[in-house]
Amino acid sequence: MNWRGCYTLFIKEVRRFYSVILQTVGAPVVTALLYMAVFGQVLAGQTIEGVRAVEFLVPGLMMMSIIQTSFANTSSSITQSKIMGNLVFLLMTPLSAFEIYLAYIVASLVRAVLVATVLYIVTQFFVHVPIHEPLLMLAMLVFSGGTLAVMGLIAGILANKFDHLAAFQNFFILPMSFLSGVFYSIHNLPAFWQHASYFNPFFYMIDGFRHGFFGVGDANPLISLAVAAAFFVVVSAIAITMLARGTKIRG
Amino acid sequence: MTDTAISFMDVHKRYATTHALKGVSFDIRRGEYFGLLGPNGAGKSTLISITAGLAQATSGSVAVLGHDVVADYRAARRALGVVPQELVYDPFFSVREMLRLQAGYQGCGKEVWPWIDELLERLELENKATDSIRQLSGGMKRRVLIAQALVHKPEVVILDEPTAGVDVELRRTLWKFTRDLNAAGHTIVLTTHYLEEAEALCDRIAILNHGELQVLEDKNTLLGRHPYRFLSLELTGDGGALPAGVERLVEERRGDTLDLKLKQGEDFIGDVIEGIRDAGWRITDVHTREPSLENIFVELTMESKSEAAA
Repeated sequence: MNWRGCYTLFIKEVRRFYSVILQTVGAPVVTALLYMAVFGQVLAGQTIEGVRAVEFLVPGLMMMSIIQTSFANTSSSITQSKIMGNLVFLLMTPLSAFEIYLAYIVASLVRAVLVATVLYIVTQFFVHVPIHEPLLMLAMLVFSGGTLAVMGLIAGILANKFDHLAAFQNFFILPMSFLSGVFYSIHNLPAFWQHASYFNPFFYMIDGFRHGFFGVGDANPLISLAVAAAFFVVVSAIAITMLARGTKIRG
Repeated sequence: MTDTAISFMDVHKRYATTHALKGVSFDIRRGEYFGLLGPNGAGKSTLISITAGLAQATSGSVAVLGHDVVADYRAARRALGVVPQELVYDPFFSVREMLRLQAGYQGCGKEVWPWIDELLERLELENKATDSIRQLSGGMKRRVLIAQALVHKPEVVILDEPTAGVDVELRRTLWKFTRDLNAAGHTIVLTTHYLEEAEALCDRIAILNHGELQVLEDKNTLLGRHPYRFLSLELTGDGGALPAGVERLVEERRGDTLDLKLKQGEDFIGDVIEGIRDAGWRITDVHTREPSLENIFVELTMESKSEAAA
């Protein structure tokens, strides 16, 4: 294992997003706070699953930010390196597929954790959101953020231009994360959509994560954890195989 | 330890519609300055990409210092430094940061930082060390790419057209730099379109054409293969038509200058001069020139084109 190489790539990836931190951490935090301000006002006084609506929103918005940020970090980094041509610097080194995978995913998780933490701290000035089961919350964060980071890696490898990424982000990631119970409990949905939600992996990510805060949720938290972990394993296997085969990156 | 720096064994590369490499086999010896030449599209860059791990051979294999570039890629890539043809860079980092990152990917730590500073100095980049690579001129970016390929002190260095679009001064600097590297024991593989460059630098030369190895010889043997000598004469006076035996040797007339191509052992300079004098011309200046690699290159690649057409 080329640990030093892997660590160097990780540091490079962290420095990449850190150098534009207003855009990479500041922007998603502000977006989430705006949602909270608007929806918090609309839902003022209501409760969802026994939790004050405005508090209920916080973990959902955190997970939505984690999902979008994790995906954006890996996908934009890889695509940019491909378009700029500097991916060759990485491909010519003795880094293995797993080392490249690990460095990209962990760096992406660092950004996601940063966004989630800042968002959580800022919201605590206005509402109180307890952390009931911190281990569950952390595990959901790692598996969910990790899954999306890996999906971003795969999308970045496959995309030929930023337009492809934007399409994937706007027509898949954004609606799927929006329609997974960020702003509502699926118990408030019509029966059909309630059942449909059980086929949406993002629903488990958000519900399990929220369970970590409030100790209650729509699904069994162990099932949510299992779904998120299973997805993480499956997409990781795909990404590592693609990197090892050199799909789309080693001609 | 092997005497071979890079070994190509029956390397084929097929793309959807083209057969870019058609079974290329040859060895590059350790410590030599090797020239890889060929017209555009001959397969040079494909061969380099396969060696560097940027592309995969359809069949056949490549080994660097005996390490297979696929099965034993870590050892192969540690032994190899490649300067890519395109001026690629990472806009997020300064020159020194980029070099340290590149060394890190190779598994090297702070122990190579003094070497990185030495590279910066030798490539005259020390004043640009903290600048973003984005701000550098094309020539400077080229130097950074060379430094980047050398951060891990690879024994084998491939330079893919390093002097394309580079000014004369930098070209001379790079020539000297690569000669020094070669003298220090590094194997250098150079691809170039400037044949005088290959002629000046390389010990042995391979010419690829249409994905096949056309020639691989010592530079001097290759130069000696060309059976012609070139003769330029400046004429004055008011002479008549040249004798047929001289006229058939004329390559070009440029004002008062007559360029002739003489085949060794058949056409003699003395006969030519005599013939011209007899026709009433006065010869005021004489230049002779040995064939250059360019003449040989054109001849060889043209030969194969006409063979392919036939």
